[in-house]
Amino acid sequence: MEFRKDFLSGLKKGSSIALGYLPIAITFGLIANSKGVPNQISILMSLLVFAGASQFIAINLLSLSTAYWQIVVTTFIVNLRHLLMTASIAQKIKNKVPKKWLPLLAFGITDETFSLISLSPKTSLSTAFILGVNIIAYTAWITGTAIGVYIGSSLPKIIQASMGIALYAMFIGLLLPSLKESRQVLIISALAIAISSLLYWGTSSLATISQGWQIIITTVLASTIGALIFTEEVSSNE
Amino acid sequence: MNRLIFLIIGMALVTYLPRLLPMLLFSSIELPSFWKRFLSFIPYTALSALLFPEILFSTESIESAIFGGSIAVILAYYNVKLFLVVSSAIGAVLLWELII
Repeated sequence: MEFRKDFLSGLKKGSSIALGYLPIAITFGLIANSKGVPNQISILMSLLVFAGASQFIAINLLSLSTAYWQIVVTTFIVNLRHLLMTASIAQKIKNKVPKKWLPLLAFGITDETFSLISLSPKTSLSTAFILGVNIIAYTAWITGTAIGVYIGSSLPKIIQASMGIALYAMFIGLLLPSLKESRQVLIISALAIAISSLLYWGTSSLATISQGWQIIITTVLASTIGALIFTEEVSSNE
Repeated sequence: MNRLIFLIIGMALVTYLPRLLPMLLFSSIELPSFWKRFLSFIPYTALSALLFPEILFSTESIESAIFGGSIAVILAYYNVKLFLVVSSAIGAVLLWELII
């Protein structure tokens, strides 16, 4: 019954992400609805794409009547960072997860599930655990989207506007505990914020397409510098 | 409506492939230690890059975003549950927008 125990533990750990996803997904649903995207389309997007930041960007581009191929290219660029995340996870779960499960587990890797999984103790990582985390997060994402598209617009405007912070508050909640524990992580994170700010304010910003590149360039650059100056393994990550 | 489905299928494909391919590729090879360290920093650098400066423009005004973000930072520092961090930040922004 090892599978069942790990799965439940994944569900439990993932529930914090799921609860955090609800307001974010509701926000996504209500923005999509307010921009005139058909409700079924917004829900289908959450079902098949399951990548928060890029869904917000796509809806925004849609409302600006951007060509579909440009939206797809932007989505690709924004989500290229998952390449780094799944590569990182793959190394961690090597020899722990049977190959046939990988395509399913890969689908559920988001910024948040990735952070939670990679910050969990290595010993707790198993197919069932990751599946549990992914499933509860996915369910919350879809449920929140549905709530958002159908009843989000009945929320007062000022509450709708305040919910925009939700996605970022979640990032803070995931990142901060690790910054406290490791000085290396603190330095690298500060470096990433500096690079990202420089890219944002230091260059003449070219609409939304640059946001995807901003994320990728920052991530690659800061991680490379980290790997060069800190020559021992990151302690809090093991 | 029908055309939108093609958009979503396109988005789904370009999102799934970068998730899938490294998972298959990197699950069987042993990476040199430099690349291991590089990958181990990804969670933190990616989250930082996603967070800033975009958070500043996530609400009606930069001030309310800073206030909401600060509340999230304080609560997260004390390891408050993720859900509470998120909902308190929303509440803080709401409060700011109502009062100021």
